[in-house]
Amino acid sequence: MFDIDKWQEIFSTISKNKLRTVLTGFSVAWGIFMLIILLGSGYGLENGVTKQFAGDAVNYLAINTGITSMPYKGMKPGRRLRFTNTEKEELGAMPGVEKSSGRSNVWSSSTLSYKNEYGTFDIFAVSPDYKYVESLIIMKGRYLNEIDEGDHRKVVVLGKIVEDALFKGQDPLGEYVKVNGVPFKVVGTFNDPGGDRDISRVYIPLSTAQRVFNMGNDVRTILLNLGDADIEESLEMVETIRQDLSEKMKFDPTDPRALFIYNSIENYRTFLNLFANIRLFIWIIGIGTIIAGIVGVSNIMMIVVKERTKEIGIRKSMGATPWSIISLILQESILITAFAGYIGLVMGVGLLEVVSSAMPETAFFANPEVNISIAIYATLLLVFCGALAGFVPAKKAASVKPVVALRDE
Amino acid sequence: MITLKNLHKSYEVGQNKLHVLKGIDLEIQDGELVSIMGSSGSGKSTLLNIIGLLDTYDEGELHLNGSLIRNFSQSKLRDLNERKAARLRNVTIGFVFQSFNLISFKNAKENVALPLYYKGIGRKKRNRMAMEFLEKMGLEEWAEHLPNELSGGQKQRIAIARALISRPRMILADEPTGALDSTTSLEVMELFKEINRSGITVIIVTHENDISRETDRIIRLKDGLIEKNIRNGIQKNNTSINNILQSA
Repeated sequence: MFDIDKWQEIFSTISKNKLRTVLTGFSVAWGIFMLIILLGSGYGLENGVTKQFAGDAVNYLAINTGITSMPYKGMKPGRRLRFTNTEKEELGAMPGVEKSSGRSNVWSSSTLSYKNEYGTFDIFAVSPDYKYVESLIIMKGRYLNEIDEGDHRKVVVLGKIVEDALFKGQDPLGEYVKVNGVPFKVVGTFNDPGGDRDISRVYIPLSTAQRVFNMGNDVRTILLNLGDADIEESLEMVETIRQDLSEKMKFDPTDPRALFIYNSIENYRTFLNLFANIRLFIWIIGIGTIIAGIVGVSNIMMIVVKERTKEIGIRKSMGATPWSIISLILQESILITAFAGYIGLVMGVGLLEVVSSAMPETAFFANPEVNISIAIYATLLLVFCGALAGFVPAKKAASVKPVVALRDE
Repeated sequence: MITLKNLHKSYEVGQNKLHVLKGIDLEIQDGELVSIMGSSGSGKSTLLNIIGLLDTYDEGELHLNGSLIRNFSQSKLRDLNERKAARLRNVTIGFVFQSFNLISFKNAKENVALPLYYKGIGRKKRNRMAMEFLEKMGLEEWAEHLPNELSGGQKQRIAIARALISRPRMILADEPTGALDSTTSLEVMELFKEINRSGITVIIVTHENDISRETDRIIRLKDGLIEKNIRNGIQKNNTSINNILQSA
């Protein structure tokens, strides 16, 4: 196997049969290249969409009120429904709800300022447990806590972009930021993998906002974390909530405009199913590509052996043993397919790298990359099949009587 | 020494069996220069191929240098016999063919060196020896040329160099001059005679009288049997005494 002479013999054969070598190599390299591109783009698609979810938990319901569109128990349609702290607490106490939180946006001008720096950012008034909805990462200080909420403290947690805009690298902790003209003490800053939108905002306690910004006891959105509920449980929960609230808030439970419930479990599941299908599709195409490569290599190997019958006869008349003939052909085939497979691998991965660095991240495509061990296994499979495809005719050719092989033209 | 006893060989041609050799008894001593003649289909090439272990035989016995060569296609130890046959072809036999049978993608030097590769001789030594043999043939300038850049005579001399390089005990040539013009044929024949003078057995299959006239012994085959087995003393030495002594 590691006989230098044999390798020299193989290299001289390869270098003198360039077209044959290139054709065999091309079919292998192409197969691997296509497989890598396929797997890579599939992964990129999945990556891009998963990123959309990375900012948030995937086990919560977000419930918003709307305006009734149907009459109910003598009441006219067109009534605006509002949540208050009461609904928030009642819904939070339901069985199956692990954490509950409220969220209101502070509108008016939404201006934040620190000394001479100012900017317009989203101001989210939230309960402390809102941290279970957004998968945010605290960078400095801390997040809002129960005491902030209970004592209506004027404290604020800044998103990374807000921090950069207002403080320009200074330490913001302990400083006061004016939120719509009211000073709030900075207790922490955060980052969020969900993207720029999620970090160009600040969080303040809901109870403080209700008091400071004249929001009474209104809560715009109620968020319920359902633990590890599956999709059926979450759908059941949605129905229960709708029935429950229809009685308490007096609206028709079939009214499509009274209540808007976003079910992240259902949404996430839809995407997971989509990915499963895409992955299946990619594998079917990928296996097809590999099979095409195998057929190509087998074909070429069979032709190669046929073409070399006379050469085999000559070699045998010079004293070549059958095994030396088989191993010569096999090693040549393995060398070519392995090398070509490697080229295809490098080119495919290289292209993916170029694409992933040159292409701007879009909402549905990010960081195409490939599971390298799968790519290597695919290459090995091709090499193995190429060798097998060469082995059968090589063995046959090697066991032919020299006189018959010599007669071949 | 080559000994054949009642050797039979037949080919299957479709449904029919073609009986090519019908019991050949023959002895060829070391150092002889023998030609095998006969019309086409008389079995002369088949006989040569069997002696050279390129083909198998059906019945009878073949001894090379005193050891019995089994009928290897029918043996259960076929692989072993194949290896043994390969070894014998490599070490004791050199072949020269009508169509030269050079490997087209290898240059002259590499073609000549090929038997040494199967003998397990290192590349440097192989190439040095190949150059030596090419020089003997006067072809050192053509060492890097591919076979299709050479004339027929040059190709045949390269094939002869290849046959000689493993220093075999016998050279088997199947119509070596069949593809050459008469001048080149005689040159090649001179080469065979020179090889024979160095002690190597040479067996030439030919249908040309000009060629067989130059050999020591002519074996004439007809329909799978030896028709004549004559010492070629008269033409060679032009003395009748020699002829009388040998026929006695």
